[in-house]
Amino acid sequence: MPMKYLRNVASLRIDAGKCIGCDICMSVCPHNVFELRASKAVIRDLDACMECGACRENCPVGAVEVQAGVGCANAIIRGMITGKVPQCGCESGPKPCG
Amino acid sequence: MRDENRSWGSSGCGGRQEQEFDGVLTLSDKPVAADTRLSAADRLGGCMVRWGFGRERYRVAPGLYAVGKPDDRSVVLVTANYKLSFDLLRKELGGLDAWILVLDTHGINVWCAAGKGTFGAAELARRIRLSGLRDRVSHRKLILPQLSAPGVAAHKVKSETGFNVIYGPVRSRDIRPFLANGMKASAEMRSVTFNLRERLAVVPTELVEALKYSLILFALLALWDAVRGLSLRGLMAGGVPYLGALLTGTVAAPAFLPWIPPRSFALKGWLLGIAWALGIGLAHYDGPARLAGDLLLLPAISAFMALNFTGNTTFTSQSGVNREIRMFARPMAASGILGILVLMGRSIL
Repeated sequence: MPMKYLRNVASLRIDAGKCIGCDICMSVCPHNVFELRASKAVIRDLDACMECGACRENCPVGAVEVQAGVGCANAIIRGMITGKVPQCGCESGPKPCG
Repeated sequence: MRDENRSWGSSGCGGRQEQEFDGVLTLSDKPVAADTRLSAADRLGGCMVRWGFGRERYRVAPGLYAVGKPDDRSVVLVTANYKLSFDLLRKELGGLDAWILVLDTHGINVWCAAGKGTFGAAELARRIRLSGLRDRVSHRKLILPQLSAPGVAAHKVKSETGFNVIYGPVRSRDIRPFLANGMKASAEMRSVTFNLRERLAVVPTELVEALKYSLILFALLALWDAVRGLSLRGLMAGGVPYLGALLTGTVAAPAFLPWIPPRSFALKGWLLGIAWALGIGLAHYDGPARLAGDLLLLPAISAFMALNFTGNTTFTSQSGVNREIRMFARPMAASGILGILVLMGRSIL
């Protein structure tokens, strides 16, 4: 069952004017956020987006925008207190290993 | 251990010489044979790092590895030099002939390294050059794990190295069907899940980390209670509610994640924390002030730990975590501090 996080908060946006329908965003997205409609990529499920940035990184024409960044709550809170950019001190990281 | 100087024929154009190279992990750029069977030590190591032990050094040397007897037409699979990543990949390749190109991600797994940019086009280009991959294969295709995509711009790799990036499946166990299917991935192969087993797999590191911090807290509580003249046994009993709150947020909330109604992790932790506080508070009822203090402090602890779990999931967004912190950081802190004051005040008065 697809897990959903908070509603309507993800920063993902597609510029339909720039999109060439190459569909690489769909190949790299781990949560099936996109679909092809009339030869253009569209967001079918914004709330499933985890802002990993794979789509933005691989879009050859820069049609995809998203604010990807460190998601560790600890790092963000520390960043708020110290006033610096959140840094994840993760060594090998908590996500399922590739 | 055979003579390290035996290598794959001349270092020029890869012919079809198929001398085997013993599995010695050196820092040379000659291909090293990679076994596709994991040893007991490999499995133990994998287990240890999942509990947070030895992660800093759990890596393999970057470079080109050979599975079976690959030739110039064999596929090239790319991975990170975190040993767990490497092991999880090679154990799926039994009976195949393939190249494994291991990038230097400083011992960090694929997805995290991609997020940080260490698994990226620059390191890929560098490793291709250092390993002499162009001389080993006549094709120009690289199969990258899908979860490296946040760090790799496929079109940039193409323009910088001439190699085409093909994104393979998310899970290494799908590589064989992926290859057998003409390098086509199903939607399921491209999806990341977060089922109970996967959630529990990322709990231990957080738990060990949380226990380290709570030892400090308990030491302070012990000091406070010692000053007040309580027995060690009384102290231990006193620690149970806090330990329970910790476990509620670090273990129970992750375990029951999809079944706890709110989408906010802080709220999930808070709800479970209320249940715990009521349970332990009523079971060891000690007056309304004690119960009130517990209901203020324990859910706050649980909520905070649950919120921290967002850093371990495969589906939470940074924007969402930011919103949670904006909404719940102050209420959690206020509730916790108030709870502490009530509990301390109660034992003074």
